[in-house]
Amino acid sequence: MADTSSPTRRPLTGFVRWDTVAGALLVVLFAVSLGVVPSFGNTLNVSFVIGNTMPIALIALPMCLLVVAGEVDLSVGSTVGLSSAVMGALWNANWPIQQVIGVCVGVGVLCGLLNGLLVTRLGLPSLAVTIGTLAAFRGLAQIILGANAVTDFPQSYLDFGSGTIAGTPIPYAAIPYVVLLIVAVVVLHATPVGRSLFAIGANPEAAFFAGVRVKRTKLWAFVATGTIAALTGVFWTLHYASARYDNATGLELAVIAAVLLGGVDFNGGRGTLGGVFAGVFLLGTLQNVMSLANVSAQSQTVVTGLLLIISVLGPRVARQVAAHRARRTHRGVSSER
Amino acid sequence: MSTTVSTVDTPTRGSKSARRVVDTLLRLRELSIIGVLVVLLVVTELGNPRFLSTQGIKDLLLNATILVLVAVGQAVVVITRNVDLSVGSVLGIAAFATGDYLHSGGNAVVAVLLGVGVGLGFGVLNGLLVSLGKVPALVVTLGTLYVIRGIDSMWVGSREITASNLPAGFISFGHNSIGGIGPIPYLVLLAVAAMVIVGDFLRSYRGGREVYALGSNPTAARLAGVPVRRRIIAAYVLCGALAGLAGALYLARFGNVDSGTGSGYELTVVSAVVVGGVAFTGGSGSVYGAALGAVLLTSINSMLPSLGVSSVWELAIDGFLLLIAIAVDRVVALRVATVLRRRSARRG
Repeated sequence: MADTSSPTRRPLTGFVRWDTVAGALLVVLFAVSLGVVPSFGNTLNVSFVIGNTMPIALIALPMCLLVVAGEVDLSVGSTVGLSSAVMGALWNANWPIQQVIGVCVGVGVLCGLLNGLLVTRLGLPSLAVTIGTLAAFRGLAQIILGANAVTDFPQSYLDFGSGTIAGTPIPYAAIPYVVLLIVAVVVLHATPVGRSLFAIGANPEAAFFAGVRVKRTKLWAFVATGTIAALTGVFWTLHYASARYDNATGLELAVIAAVLLGGVDFNGGRGTLGGVFAGVFLLGTLQNVMSLANVSAQSQTVVTGLLLIISVLGPRVARQVAAHRARRTHRGVSSER
Repeated sequence: MSTTVSTVDTPTRGSKSARRVVDTLLRLRELSIIGVLVVLLVVTELGNPRFLSTQGIKDLLLNATILVLVAVGQAVVVITRNVDLSVGSVLGIAAFATGDYLHSGGNAVVAVLLGVGVGLGFGVLNGLLVSLGKVPALVVTLGTLYVIRGIDSMWVGSREITASNLPAGFISFGHNSIGGIGPIPYLVLLAVAAMVIVGDFLRSYRGGREVYALGSNPTAARLAGVPVRRRIIAAYVLCGALAGLAGALYLARFGNVDSGTGSGYELTVVSAVVVGGVAFTGGSGSVYGAALGAVLLTSINSMLPSLGVSSVWELAIDGFLLLIAIAVDRVVALRVATVLRRRSARRG
């Protein structure tokens, strides 16, 4: 909105948005890695990249909706852990696997409801609430499963978690991901719900007076986040063939880094799922390439952090420069008159 | 609308009684934490009579010291309506810097100052990024959390500082009490001093009041001539310096530092600050509250094992405690707002 201050004068700058930049970076990174890093392109490695990025990619979808609406959920990593712990505990108690997964999804819905109700009904800041539930959900996971690891899930399910579609490097889990991606894109960019999410993020009061059901919409976004996080917990457990309470510790930071890297404004009201998709796989590919190039895990942390800082500073600085220029040209025009 | 008019009509009486109510509530907040703490201590003492021995009290205080220091700094940042998530990483790198210096035979005082200096430097970095870039503090400090932790891990590698490599005087400084056997360790004095100095500055000095002003309404503060940017940078510098000091003291207390030291600490610190009544929305709360919150959290974590509760409950209890604290705060604040509105309406 603010960055299109002179759309007629400078049609090109309108297209150079951060999400486009992220997409271009992803393409460039992919092309360069294919050319330079020898083992990057083989089928096995590509399937690794996609499979290992899948948890972040899944949770980033609802997280994008939340951040667009001006909220955030830091408890997603713990919800993944809780879902994983519940899965392990119930499987140990000889429940049938379908019911176990059903209960896990239910747990996710409850987690999302708790976050959403505390934020919308009590009017608490989502940051504080979800830091609390981050500890609470992880704590519950620890109580439920303790230090045990459950690994003996049915082979067909484990195959789904780690296998790839025959003849391609694409993991099975990518199929539900693509479905969810399409659903999320349609919801955010082509339905009234999506428009209200943007409206809420830009100005909650104005949205309220415009007839948007602010609380209910936000609540649904939280429930969606909890549910997808729990599903991710099921996938995580099957993918790594291990249910532990400390699964996905710190995942929330990676998800938020990816979402912001995709150009979603942390203050809400601005962002696209295309950008998020680019951000997620940019982060995933970069990490894989650095590992292949024998860059230590520690240096990778530095790169992630720097990317995060650049991704918030970059658009901001670009916008300020654009605004500054627009003001100057505007002033020039008016003085000519 | 009529309420605003009526308060304008009787400015002195209305605002005075309003301030009294708010004051009482703030005191109530700190009193309620103390109350909860006392009840928990008594219950634990009844369950395990050795809990409050001289050694037990000393352990409780020592455990709280480091969290109190970091929480005091964090409270100042949160009062400015920002947050610093990089404190855990800063603590870790400062602790290792201190250890590395002492390891090669340095002076203990210089070592502590070195820790403070390292923290101060990262505080400047955070403050500049947040205030100049005008980007959300959460995101920037999340970034520096990663970056500082990464630098720390690259520098430390698989090395480890252990107590046996450190000068004996430094270690005993981290453990000994005043007068040799009392229940009050030296470290606690340092933490209390830091808390009182910062608390008094925030309460009674112009710069301190400006921190509250810009936290409750940044735009109004800027229009009133508060140097917003400079105050925010100062808050981050203080927070970084205290995290650095805490790092040096961590080394003195535990004598053991590796590349993972302090990771995940930011969440504990933020919990302590919020439980202590410093609101995320800025402009309210005190460092005393934050310090009490820190003492409460660490005490609960020491109480559970003495009561025979398994330590797996710790995390969940911490989390739900935080949720209850912010929910109660919110409900009380809403009540107070209603009471004030009704009172000023009656007067008008």
